[in-house]
Amino acid sequence: MPIKSIAEYAANGESPEILFWVGCAGSFDQRAQKITRAFTQILDKVGIKFAILGKEEMCNGDPARRAGNEFLFQMMAYNNIAILNNYNIKKVVTICPHCFNIFRNEYPKLGGNYEVVHHTTFLQQLINEGKIKLKDGGAFKGKRITYHDSCYLGRGNNIYEAPRAVLEAFDNELIEMKRCRTNGLCCGAGGAQMFKEEEPGTTRVNFERAEEALETGATIIASNCPFCMTMLTDGIKNKEKEESVKVLDIAEMVAMSLE
Amino acid sequence: MLKTHQKNPVLVALIHAIAQNLTTFDFWRKSYYFRGLILALMHLVQQILFIVLALASIYIFAKKIGEMRRNILLGRDEDLTDSPGQRWKNMILLALGQKKMFKNPTPAILHLFVYAGFIIINVEILEIFLDGIIGKHRLFAPMMGSLYAYLIGFFEILAALVLVSCVIFLVRRNITKVRRLNMKELLGWPREDANIILITEIVLMSLFLIMNSADLALQAKGAQHYPTTATFWITGNFAGAFSGLSESTLIAIERVCWWLHIIGVFFFLNYLPYSKHFHILLAFPNAYYSKLIPQGEVKNMKEIQNEVLYMMEPDKAPAATSEQEHKRFGAKDVTDLSWKNLLDAYSCTECGRCTAACPANITGKKLSPRKIMMDTRDRLEEVGKNINANKEFKDDGKALLHDYITVEELRACTTCQACVEACPVMIDPLSIIMQLRRNLVMEESNAPGEWNLMFGNIENNMAPWKFSPDDRDAWVNT
Repeated sequence: MPIKSIAEYAANGESPEILFWVGCAGSFDQRAQKITRAFTQILDKVGIKFAILGKEEMCNGDPARRAGNEFLFQMMAYNNIAILNNYNIKKVVTICPHCFNIFRNEYPKLGGNYEVVHHTTFLQQLINEGKIKLKDGGAFKGKRITYHDSCYLGRGNNIYEAPRAVLEAFDNELIEMKRCRTNGLCCGAGGAQMFKEEEPGTTRVNFERAEEALETGATIIASNCPFCMTMLTDGIKNKEKEESVKVLDIAEMVAMSLE
Repeated sequence: MLKTHQKNPVLVALIHAIAQNLTTFDFWRKSYYFRGLILALMHLVQQILFIVLALASIYIFAKKIGEMRRNILLGRDEDLTDSPGQRWKNMILLALGQKKMFKNPTPAILHLFVYAGFIIINVEILEIFLDGIIGKHRLFAPMMGSLYAYLIGFFEILAALVLVSCVIFLVRRNITKVRRLNMKELLGWPREDANIILITEIVLMSLFLIMNSADLALQAKGAQHYPTTATFWITGNFAGAFSGLSESTLIAIERVCWWLHIIGVFFFLNYLPYSKHFHILLAFPNAYYSKLIPQGEVKNMKEIQNEVLYMMEPDKAPAATSEQEHKRFGAKDVTDLSWKNLLDAYSCTECGRCTAACPANITGKKLSPRKIMMDTRDRLEEVGKNINANKEFKDDGKALLHDYITVEELRACTTCQACVEACPVMIDPLSIIMQLRRNLVMEESNAPGEWNLMFGNIENNMAPWKFSPDDRDAWVNT
């Protein structure tokens, strides 16, 4: 099924079930594009009518706001809300916890009110409803998996269980890192750190977190955020473990295990 | 004195009348007439001294509290009166119930002992206070009958637990050197403050226990003025060690302990507002007024929202009125912060759970959320003193930003909210960091080059990286 933009739906007088908000990382970052494709593959398989904004999508303003540039954030928010409201969007699903947080908590005050779901919650619902069927003895059977809580899904919005429920559906033992759930350690990308060099210190945040993930002995580090993905992958490379340990988004893991 | 009394029967009668009213000592039936008079006068002097001391300490405390309240209200207005039900629940769970403390059980249990001791032994302070005013001894003993000894015994167990816990806390701070209690922002006064608090509590509890031991020994000797109670659970074991002492020595010990204990309590009351220990009071309002919105949400800036609206849809934007004062964007000094940020600063007990959880701090960056709170309080106190001295704030050429908190610290924050999550009394250091960052970027145009590039990319390419907006959906075809 070809991926259609909301403009194409509108031109045909149709409306999609959900708007898939891809986000900047999912659109431009080569590694994150794989998450995007995996998620659309799942949507396609399940038969969900979804649209993307395509060329009309813009940065939601999160890195600008958290760096302190409220003006730029407000500009981006104003433009995004105008487009979404124009298309009468009701439900948004996103693969990025930063986008999720902005849509869920920050756009409503500016006139953008949508039902917003992070893709891990969405996948968990589809598994629960039996719409996603996973292969028996899939790619992850017997593998050690650890899960990294992203700050904006976990502490920011109290979503700890849905991503874990998806991972448990792989019939697998989940090994928790010492700092998990509310105590989870940041990957180092948030607060616009992704876009600048770290301040001087004794080590990098992503090195610290990747080491902790490696200590679990897991061969797969499951993530839910394209920025955590970048940071953890770099951290694993720093320890020269990229051959034996993979960082995978939960959507990719589901896509690889589809029946 | 003797002569005066013999010569002046009116005065004699007057003193008798006062003594009769104010003491339990019935010296009319005593053959030791003069001894009785002196004792009665001593009681009177003690009562007057006590009342003067109590009033003075309450007055000085109230004055300082008023000053702190004024300082907190120097902050910008923020309406936090919504959802009282949820707020009461937070206060009961987080402040009274110490819910978040139990993430770390060992210090939580020790802290619970000290806290329970503090709250419950205050019932005994009430008796001591009333005894002091009306010149009785163990006022509640006759009223409560046999229950009294159980109650005091219970207080004694708590006092012993407080004492032991404080000793362990001292060890954790000074000998085993728990990391979060030995960081560089604690060097100097904050460290001394912590030790003063612990030592004061140990001294107060010891005085309380010695006082009760001497009291029991006096009771055993049938000393007058010491009503007989059943033995107390803890000091009952030590009273024997005091039995060899004479009655007058025991009275001296009991009185000295009684006085030192209550003077210690008054001292501690007035030490609190200058100390990190003030959290025992402010934890309650701070939990009540804590953020109810999701932790991930950053507070909206209505003034900037209106600017954008004015630019995009001038007809919809609220008209600017001339009397609107220009508010600084973000915060440069404590007066630009919200009053809740300032209440946070006074509520901080510098435990460092925030800093121990901070990814920037863990990896050796300069940022420490605890230091953000300590700096905010120090600056606020400085502004407060400035106002005391000059009637109103006189520009001192200093500000919270740069003079207290450096750009390097602010730049290290990942906004991960670990500090917010970690704080047992719901302090939000991230809120202050965000407001200072806003000031840096929007008032000073002070951002690292990489951030300026990112801002430029978002503005021109609608993404933080330099990709063409036309390629946003290119992934569809690859």
